[in-house]
Amino acid sequence: MSDQPSANIQLSSSAVAEEKRLRNTRLGLLAPGILTIFCIGIMPLSIVLVYSFLEPGDFGGVSWVLSFDAYVQLLFEEDIFDETLSFTTDYLQIFLRSVSLGLFTTIACLLVGFPTAYFIATQPPARRNAWLFLITIPFWTNLLIRTYAMLLILRDQGIINLALIEIGLIDRAIPLLYTDFAVCLGLVYAYLPFMVLPIFASLEKLDFRLVEASYDLYATRFKVLKRIIIPLAKPGIAAGCILVLIPSLGAFITPALLGGGKSLMIGNLIELQFGQARNWPFGSAIALVLMVLVMLSLMTYLRYGTTRKGAPGHG
Amino acid sequence: MSDQTATAAIDIRETSKIYGRDRESGVVALDQVSLAIRDNEFFTLLGPSGCGKTTLLRLIAGFEQPTHGEILLFGQHLEGLPPYKRPVNTVFQHYALFPHMTVAENISFGLEMLDTPATQISSTVKEVLGLVQMEHLANRKTDQLSGGQQQRVALARALAPKPKVLLLDEPLSALDFKLRKEMQVELKRLQNETGITFIFVTHDQEEALTMSDRVAVMRDGLILQVGNPRDIYDRPAKRFVADFIGDINILKGRILSKNGAQAMVKLNAGYQGTAGLPAETDSLGDEVSIAIRPEQLSFASGAGPEHLSGSIQHISYFGSGFDYEIVMPTGETIMLQLQNRGAGDHAYAVGDQARIAISENSMQILAD
Repeated sequence: MSDQPSANIQLSSSAVAEEKRLRNTRLGLLAPGILTIFCIGIMPLSIVLVYSFLEPGDFGGVSWVLSFDAYVQLLFEEDIFDETLSFTTDYLQIFLRSVSLGLFTTIACLLVGFPTAYFIATQPPARRNAWLFLITIPFWTNLLIRTYAMLLILRDQGIINLALIEIGLIDRAIPLLYTDFAVCLGLVYAYLPFMVLPIFASLEKLDFRLVEASYDLYATRFKVLKRIIIPLAKPGIAAGCILVLIPSLGAFITPALLGGGKSLMIGNLIELQFGQARNWPFGSAIALVLMVLVMLSLMTYLRYGTTRKGAPGHG
Repeated sequence: MSDQTATAAIDIRETSKIYGRDRESGVVALDQVSLAIRDNEFFTLLGPSGCGKTTLLRLIAGFEQPTHGEILLFGQHLEGLPPYKRPVNTVFQHYALFPHMTVAENISFGLEMLDTPATQISSTVKEVLGLVQMEHLANRKTDQLSGGQQQRVALARALAPKPKVLLLDEPLSALDFKLRKEMQVELKRLQNETGITFIFVTHDQEEALTMSDRVAVMRDGLILQVGNPRDIYDRPAKRFVADFIGDINILKGRILSKNGAQAMVKLNAGYQGTAGLPAETDSLGDEVSIAIRPEQLSFASGAGPEHLSGSIQHISYFGSGFDYEIVMPTGETIMLQLQNRGAGDHAYAVGDQARIAISENSMQILAD
């Protein structure tokens, strides 16, 4: 009877040891994942975060002095002489232009991408892969080269203008290059596959017997699209929109080449700060603000945009 | 007959459906089928898979267009009308319920598409939910329902717009045995209550016999026989029909004389008696196939007449009865089925010599 408690203690201490061993094993197995996330996710972002609160170094880089100047600079302009601050919308306008151009790009991608994805999804399975292959082929060429190709198409002596003059529709070349239209077109071209692929994935899973059933229940083609196909393809559409919007917000090669540097985008602004302007903290601050804005709008979408009416009841 | 054609719910005239370029290189799914389905009828298209029954249903629904021929709905031509312009609804084999809608939303879908006023929609939805006993699940998502419940929702959804004809494409095939039995009764009740013409497609002969007012047996794109279940079972016109529905003995014999729909036949095995005669008749004296259902045979009792005889080769017991396989002197094997009426009944054993009696009027001559 007397050795009973000690046995209990022994048991529990060995249980604790076992628990500890298990935890270490688990940690060991998770280590590669954790390390990867840390190295490619958390660490670079932390550097950006820290840099945004420092002062710019004289020849690029940063000097380790705490400062909120980078964020203040986004909204206020410092007078060169008396160092007073006055409100400025210069950078806000760049944000606004980028966001609206990004939205336009996303909408255009959706308008082109959805029918494309639908077409591919309704092809016989053997032919689908060939179409998907064609969609992804441009990816294999460097974006810079493809953007230059776009430049050749759009310029005054490009094939569009030459063709239009040849037919006699116009007398002089219409300026296509170095416009917002050119930037938008370039972005649509660059990011269209990101829209097509997720929408295709969700349309491919769509049960076309549901389409037949809705035809049977007096739905016209348009109603079938609106009430059945689009709602069921919604996850793919949402994924596609996110995948197009986010990179086009931060794009800088396409706006730089096709926009001709006339209309500055966030991407160009950031690039500028790390390049010629040598203001790394300000570049970091812009990048972070952009990230937070995107994150907030995504979270809002996830919270309010995905809940449908008539959610499943309990009982 | 012409009177019935005039008021037919569905009138199919010489309709063919050929997949591919033409008759020679393509697949003939339906071959010049003519069929009139009456109003307020529970009509079943019965046949093995690939016989064209589902094709016929899809032609009526409008998912496919006939290659030749015409289809009329209460006298109105349906050719060229898309499915959404036909007052016909379908219950699909795998239900095809909209997964992003609740039960009630599924059911109101067809009514919304017809621009029915909202108040009427809600009252109709309530009514059909009551009809299929699903009121309590109106706000469930369809993926939270069991197979039987989904089946009921599919039915309610197709009934809600009050179609003139309801098409059912093997709706019970995905259900388990017990549920299937329940739904058979349920379907028959719904058809009675709504008065809508039901066209039911199945490969299950028992389902066809229990529910239908009339059955069309199909094979290879042709309709072999149309009739009420008793006709189809007791008086099969063709060998395939006899074979496909239930168990049957097919014996060889000769026609001695004909008298309308009856004929005097003599079986090669010896018995002479009257048999039903289908319309396309074999000539006198030729050898014909004569069908007898196993349950129309019995063991001749002591003084009773003996029609056939043979030795028992095999006995199988299946709960509610026994099957006896008997080899006759002609070499033909005949199956005899007895109800299980108690232990004393099972008097014969393998190897015994058996005397067999045939019920009155139970033989049927088959056309090939």
